[in-house]
Amino acid sequence: MSSEPVRHLPPRLRMPSPFVWGITLAFLAFLIQGIMATDLTLERLLRGAVNLTHFIGRAFPPNFSDMDVLARSLLETLNIAVVGVTIGVILSVPFALLASRNTAPAIWVRTLARLAIATMRTIPDLIWALIFVVAVGLGPLAGVFAIMMDTIGFAARFFSERIEEVHPGPSEALTATGAGRLSVIGGAIMPETLASMTATSLYSVEKALRSAVTLGLVGAGGIGVELAAAMRLFNYDRALAIILLILVVVIAFEQLSSQIRKRVI
Amino acid sequence: MAGIQVRGLHKHYGDLHVLRGIDLTVDRGESVILLGANGCGKSTLLRCLNGLTSYEQGRITMAGQSLETLSRRQLRRLRCNIGVVFQQFNLVQNISVLQNVLYGALGRQRFGLLNTWSCIASASLRQQAMAALERVGLAEKAAMECRQLSGGQQQRVAIARTLMQDADILIADEPVASLDPRAGREIMDLLMDVASERRITVICTLHQLELVEAYGDRIVGMKAGTIVLDQPRVQASSHAIQRLYRGEVRVDQAPSLLAS
Repeated sequence: MSSEPVRHLPPRLRMPSPFVWGITLAFLAFLIQGIMATDLTLERLLRGAVNLTHFIGRAFPPNFSDMDVLARSLLETLNIAVVGVTIGVILSVPFALLASRNTAPAIWVRTLARLAIATMRTIPDLIWALIFVVAVGLGPLAGVFAIMMDTIGFAARFFSERIEEVHPGPSEALTATGAGRLSVIGGAIMPETLASMTATSLYSVEKALRSAVTLGLVGAGGIGVELAAAMRLFNYDRALAIILLILVVVIAFEQLSSQIRKRVI
Repeated sequence: MAGIQVRGLHKHYGDLHVLRGIDLTVDRGESVILLGANGCGKSTLLRCLNGLTSYEQGRITMAGQSLETLSRRQLRRLRCNIGVVFQQFNLVQNISVLQNVLYGALGRQRFGLLNTWSCIASASLRQQAMAALERVGLAEKAAMECRQLSGGQQQRVAIARTLMQDADILIADEPVASLDPRAGREIMDLLMDVASERRITVICTLHQLELVEAYGDRIVGMKAGTIVLDQPRVQASSHAIQRLYRGEVRVDQAPSLLAS
């Protein structure tokens, strides 16, 4: 008596679990409430489109007069980015070493370092800029500090991830020769992570340049100050010129940086 | 005086009883081949010998210094005197061969890396490293990056690193297990020649039994965390060696009631 095994074709659709239902409903409710709260209506959208064409009409042709002023503030933006990111990357190395499982001197140090890095990453660069404008006043110095904090939050985390990936063998071999902790870190761990750290640093420069542009909006120096002023004074043609200028510089810089990164890796 | 002396050594990893009372003496200048199946505790024993792994019970004396009483600084100084050759060579891959050899002097130089980094190391230190490379036959590769070398060449560089250390004791943990038979023989020849030239005390684990017949003064066999064989090489029968790999050999096996 051979009973044939029962074949069950799996159904095309399966009933989602109560958890999925709950999340979906909550999200939909929140979305609808959001649309209502932001007053998103067809009439406002149309009016916005009209305003936008108005802005574009007044922005053309872009006004490239006063180029020396723009060039100078663009240079200031570059200065903020480069100085901030350099200090940030240099400080990222000790932060990363303290935050990595295989190089931290003690667990509590590691926890503390990771907490510090996470804080620097979580607070957005514009808010850092606001804080440092209060601390050191308006101008590029506040921008440098803001970029520095942002860079540490970003770079130290990636450095530390790379450090933890390092193959433990060479470090162990150097320890076995009687080398001290710092010699092991410098001799075995740093050489293996250097390439990846360079790539991360270059990416940080790109990121810093983009943030440095916006930092001026809160008074932390650079081209953003000019852009904010032009917008506020309805000089849309000048604003467009500034935006185009930023676009060119940022794209050029990203190209340069990605070329260098390709060579490094 | 003994080069290596181990008395009643016990070691646990958590609940796992890895070393179950090891007694072993290796005379100065003697070379011991340590045998045993995977997981019998050989590597753990070797790691205990230079303090890379701690142990709970027992005494280890290396070159007259007992490991338990050493401060961290003293332990580092002792490690300078113990060269280690690893199965995976453990060279720093993306720096030069010469630099890897110079690392052998990290422990004895003051300020460690600051005096052994190739571009600022003293001329005599660089000459010494070059001489070590010449001894292992790789002088012409000094400027290359380690990853460009074959496995056998990398192990030679690792041996040059221990020569740079000028150690009295050499620990080799399966130095030829990642190499083909020919390169393996060459490395073993080199290792043993260097050891007898400098009267270095050697303890070396091996897996290839055909090599066991050719190298070392004495054979020590381990099984499940204890030493079960300890004879001069010429007296050790292949039957006794084969037995090391049968039955309950691992330390992480549950004791079976059927075991004879």
